Amino acid sequence: MSTTTLAPAVSNPPARVADVWYPLRRSAEAVLVPLAALAGAVGLFSVFLLALGQSPLDFLDLVWRGAFGSWFSVQNTVQRASPLLLTALCVAIPGQLGLVIIGGEAAIVLGGLAATVAALPLIHTAPVIVWAAMAIAGSAMGAFWIGLSGWLRAKLNVNEVIASLVLSYIGLALFNHFVEGVLRDPASLNKPSTYGIGDQNMLDTVPWLDVHPGMPAGIAACIVCWVLIYRTGFGFASRVTGGNIRAAQLQGLPVTKLILTACAIGGGCAGLAGAIEVAAEYGRANASLNAGYGYTGILIAFLARFNPLAVMPMAILLGGLGAAGGLLQRRMGLPDATIQVLQGLIFVSILASDTLYGRFRWFQPRGTA
Amino acid sequence: MPATPPTHTGISRRTLLQGTAGVAGLAAAGLSAHPAKAAKDLVAGFIYVGPKDDYGYNQAHAEAAAMLKKMPGIKVVEEEKVPETDDVSKTMESMIKLDGATLLFPTSFGYFDPYMLKTAAKYKDIQFRHCGGLWTDKNPMNTGSYFGYIGMCQYLNGIAAAHATKTKKIGFIAAKPIPQVLININSFALGARSVDPSITTTVIFTGEWSMPVKEAEAANSLADQGIDVLTCHVDGPKVIMETAERRGIYACGYHADQSKLAPKGYLTGAEWNWITVYKQFIADEQGAKPLPNFVRGGLAQNFVKMSPFGPALSEAGRKNVTAVKAEIVKGGFAVFKGPMKDNKGNVVIPAGKSYPETAVELESQNYLVEGVNGAIA
Amino acid sequence: MSGSIATVLLAMLAGSLRVSTPFLFVSLGECLTEKSGRINLGNEGVLVLGAMVAYATSYETGSPWAGVAAAALAGLLLGGLHGEVCSLAKVNDVAMGIAIMLAGTGIAFFFGKPYVQPSATLLPGIPFGFWSASPQVRNALLVCPLFLVGIAAAIGLHWCFNATRAGLRIRIVGDSQDAALALGLPIDRTRFIATACGSALAGIGGAFLSLYYPGSWNEGLSSGQGLMAVALVVFSRWNPINCIYASLLFGAAGALGPSLQTVGITWGYYLFYAAPYVVTLVVLIITARGGRSLRGMPGQLSIGR
Repeated sequence: MSTTTLAPAVSNPPARVADVWYPLRRSAEAVLVPLAALAGAVGLFSVFLLALGQSPLDFLDLVWRGAFGSWFSVQNTVQRASPLLLTALCVAIPGQLGLVIIGGEAAIVLGGLAATVAALPLIHTAPVIVWAAMAIAGSAMGAFWIGLSGWLRAKLNVNEVIASLVLSYIGLALFNHFVEGVLRDPASLNKPSTYGIGDQNMLDTVPWLDVHPGMPAGIAACIVCWVLIYRTGFGFASRVTGGNIRAAQLQGLPVTKLILTACAIGGGCAGLAGAIEVAAEYGRANASLNAGYGYTGILIAFLARFNPLAVMPMAILLGGLGAAGGLLQRRMGLPDATIQVLQGLIFVSILASDTLYGRFRWFQPRGTA
Repeated sequence: MPATPPTHTGISRRTLLQGTAGVAGLAAAGLSAHPAKAAKDLVAGFIYVGPKDDYGYNQAHAEAAAMLKKMPGIKVVEEEKVPETDDVSKTMESMIKLDGATLLFPTSFGYFDPYMLKTAAKYKDIQFRHCGGLWTDKNPMNTGSYFGYIGMCQYLNGIAAAHATKTKKIGFIAAKPIPQVLININSFALGARSVDPSITTTVIFTGEWSMPVKEAEAANSLADQGIDVLTCHVDGPKVIMETAERRGIYACGYHADQSKLAPKGYLTGAEWNWITVYKQFIADEQGAKPLPNFVRGGLAQNFVKMSPFGPALSEAGRKNVTAVKAEIVKGGFAVFKGPMKDNKGNVVIPAGKSYPETAVELESQNYLVEGVNGAIA
Repeated sequence: MSGSIATVLLAMLAGSLRVSTPFLFVSLGECLTEKSGRINLGNEGVLVLGAMVAYATSYETGSPWAGVAAAALAGLLLGGLHGEVCSLAKVNDVAMGIAIMLAGTGIAFFFGKPYVQPSATLLPGIPFGFWSASPQVRNALLVCPLFLVGIAAAIGLHWCFNATRAGLRIRIVGDSQDAALALGLPIDRTRFIATACGSALAGIGGAFLSLYYPGSWNEGLSSGQGLMAVALVVFSRWNPINCIYASLLFGAAGALGPSLQTVGITWGYYLFYAAPYVVTLVVLIITARGGRSLRGMPGQLSIGR
C-alpha cells in the first residue's frame, strides 16, 4: 500500500542521471495493475448483481463486515488463509521454473497421513519430539509426491500438469485406502480415521491472536522461499530456467536437479501443511484433510505471480472471501456459489491484467540518453 | 440456565449492525424484517454439509428448518455446503457473533469432533445440538445430540422390496462401511429375508458420500446383475432413484421422499422427520427449560417416517409393511436377534439374545449379515 | 468364475459405452484447441456449465436437443472468452484455463440452483440391442445418440485436420508461429475460433452428463472429466480418432470398480476406482519416454516448451 502512495510523488525525475526511481515505479506497477484488475472484477460483479436485482453496496458492505469488519472477522479470514500459504508455495516454487503443478491436494493428504503415522510410535515422548517427527515426515512425504511429478518431467519428459493431476487422483485413492483400511482405528466408527496423536500432542492456536498455528509457519515459509528465490544462486538459476528452459540447458545449468529441488521444496510445503492440519485440527488423519486447500493454493500462486511474498496478501484476499461467503448466504440469501463467481471474475481479471505490464510508459525506465 | 440466554455480544452487536445499516441506507430487510421484535426472537442456526436441495440428507434437515421459519418468535439462519473442517467452527462463531444465534444445529456427522466441541467450550451460554448421536456425558453440557432409529424404516423397506422382487436379488448402494450404514444394510436385508429367506442383498460401496456418476454406475452395475430393487445410503439419492426408474426396476427411498423421481417404481422409503426434534428443542429453549442433551427416537416417537406407498407395491406388501410397522410402534421390536450369523458364517448374535433399536451394541456393528453379498474393506 | 469374468467384462463394455461420451467430447474439444497451439484447462468449467445449461433449457423448453444446442452455445461463449483473453500478450493460457474452470463452475452452480430439483426431459437412447432377449445386453447396447455424434465429430475432425485448408491452417498455426506469420495466416483469429469451437464440443459433453447419463443436474455431477481431457489428448497423440479409443478405455477402466464389487471382489475398492488414472499415467510414461518432445505434439503448445 505504501508504494501506491509514494508513487505519485515521483513525478519528474531528472532525465540525465540513472533512473533511481525506476525500482519504485516498477513496484508500484506490480501493485497498481492487480489492484486495478481487482476493481475491474468487482465492477463487473456489481453489474452482475444489479442485473439480478441485488444491491452491490449491500454486497460490498457484507464482504467487508464478514472478512475484516470486526476482530472476529479478521480472525476468521486469517484462519482460512493460514493453510493456503503453504499450499500456494507448492505451486509457486515449481512455478519459478515454469512448471505448473496442480496436484498439491494429494501432497497435503499424504503429508498429513505420513505425519500421523510417524507420530504414533512417539506419542508418549515429548510433544516437541512428536511435532518434529510430524513436520519431517509430512514434508518428506509431500516432497516425494510432488517430486515424483518433477522426476517424471525431468527424466521422462512427461508433462507435469498432467502428471501431477493424475498423481493427485491416485494419491487421494491411496490415502482413502489406507485410512479406511490397514491404518484405521477400529474405534473411529462412523468417520474412518487413523489412530489419534493424543490431546497432549496437539498444537495450540497462536497465543493472543487465537489463530491457526499454520499462520506463523506459513509466513515463515513464504519469507524463506522469497529469500531462496530472489537472493540465492538456486533461485537465480531457477528463474533463468523458468525464462527459457532450452537456454538454461545450453548455459549448462543443472535443469534436472533444479526441477527436482523445486518440486521437492514445493511438495514439502504442502506436506507440512497437511502435518500442521493434523497436529492443529484433527489429531488424526481422515477425510477432513481433503478440504480443497491444494486447489485454492493454485489460484493464490497464480494471483501472486509465483512471488512468495505476494502469496500472503492473496491468501488473505481468498480467505476473506471465504469468510464473507457464509454471511452472504445468511443475509442476502445468495447461493454459496456467489463467492465462486466473484473469485472466477477476479481470477480472470487479474490474469488478463498481465497483459498491461509494460504498456504504460510512466512505469518504464527513463533517462537513457 | 437463565430464562433467555444472555447473549450480550450477540444482541449488542446486532443492534449495532442495524444502526450502521440504517445510516448507510442499506436494505436492513436482509438483517431482520421486524427490528423491534427481532431483539426477542430466538435465533437458531442450521449448518449443512451439502446443498440443501439434494433430495437427501441435507434436504431432510432444510425442510424442517423451513417449517421452523414459519413459526412465530424464531429466526432461522442457514448456511449450506460447509465442509467438515475448521470452516464449520468459523461458521458457528460467525452465526453466534454476527447473527446473534443462541441455538445451533450443525447437522453433519463430522462436525461434532473436534469442531463443535471446541466451539462449545468457547461459548458456554450458547446451545449446540448435533445430529448423529455422538454425545456422551463427558462432553460439554451445552452440547448434545439427536438421532433417529432409521434402521427400522430400512427394515420396512426390505419387506416392501421382498414383495416386489421377482429375481429374489435386491441391491444396496452405500457410501462407506461404517456402523450407521451397516445397520441400514443389515436391516434392509433382514427385512427382505423375513418375507423370503432366499432373497440376497448385494451391496456396493462408492467410498464417497456424494458422487453421482459413481452412484449411477453402481446402480447400473447392480441392474446388470439382475437385481430388481434398489435402495441406498448416500447423501443425495436422486441419481440412484432416477436410474432405477429408467432401468425399469423398483426403488426404496432414503433420507427424504423421492417418490417424484421414480413415479412408477418407488415402493416406499425411509425418511427422517426432523421437525419433531427441532420443535422440541425450540419449545424448551423458548420456555426457558433446560435442553435435553441426548435425544433419540424412532417410528413411535415420530422421529422417522415412511414415504407413502407407491403404486408398484402390491396389496400384500402394503399389508405386511403396515402390520410390522404397527408392531414396531408398539415397542420392543428387535430386528437384530439371535441366533444370527454374518455373511462369513460366524455367529454374531447368539441364540436368545436380542437387540431392540435402542441397544447401544448396534452402534458398533461391524459385520454384514447372512444373505448380503459384499464385504467390509 | 468364468461367469464372473464375463459379467465384469460385459459391465466394463456397458460402462465404457455409458461413461466414455463426455470424455470423448472434452478430449475432441481439447484436441482441436491444442492443435491450434493453445491449451485450455478450463474445459472442466465448460463441461459443468454445459451440463447446467442443457438441463435448464431442456426443462424450460421440453426439448433435450434444444438443451444440447444451448450447451454448445454456452461452451462457445466461455471458450471464446478464454480464446480472446489468451490472445492478449503475456497472458498465461494454463492459468487462464484454471480461471475459466472456476468461473464456469461458479456460474453454473449459481444459476443452476433452481434446476436441481425438477426433472427435465432427457435424450432418448437408440436401442441397438433390440435383437437380444437379455435385458442386460439390451441395456448395454442402448446407445446415446450423442455418442454417435461424438464418433462422427472425431472422424470429421480427423478429416478436417488432414484434408481441408482450414485444418491445415490450424495445424500450421499450432506447429510453427514463424511459418504461420510467413504465410500471413491470422494466428490469433485461428486460435480464437479453435478454442471457442473446442469448448462448444466440451459443452456438448456436459449436456450428455445432465441429459443422458447420469441424467440429472446437481453440483457433484462432474467428477473431473473436463480436467482429464488434457491427459486424454496426450494419450491420443493429438489424433481425434485415437480420442475415441482413449475415451472408451478410460470409461471401461472406470467401470471396473463397481462391477468387481458386484461379483464379490470387495477388497481395495478405492484403488480400483483409481484404475483409470493409473492407466493414464502408465500410458503417459510408456509413450513419453526418451524423446525430447512428444510425437504429434503441436510445436507452439505452451505445455511442451
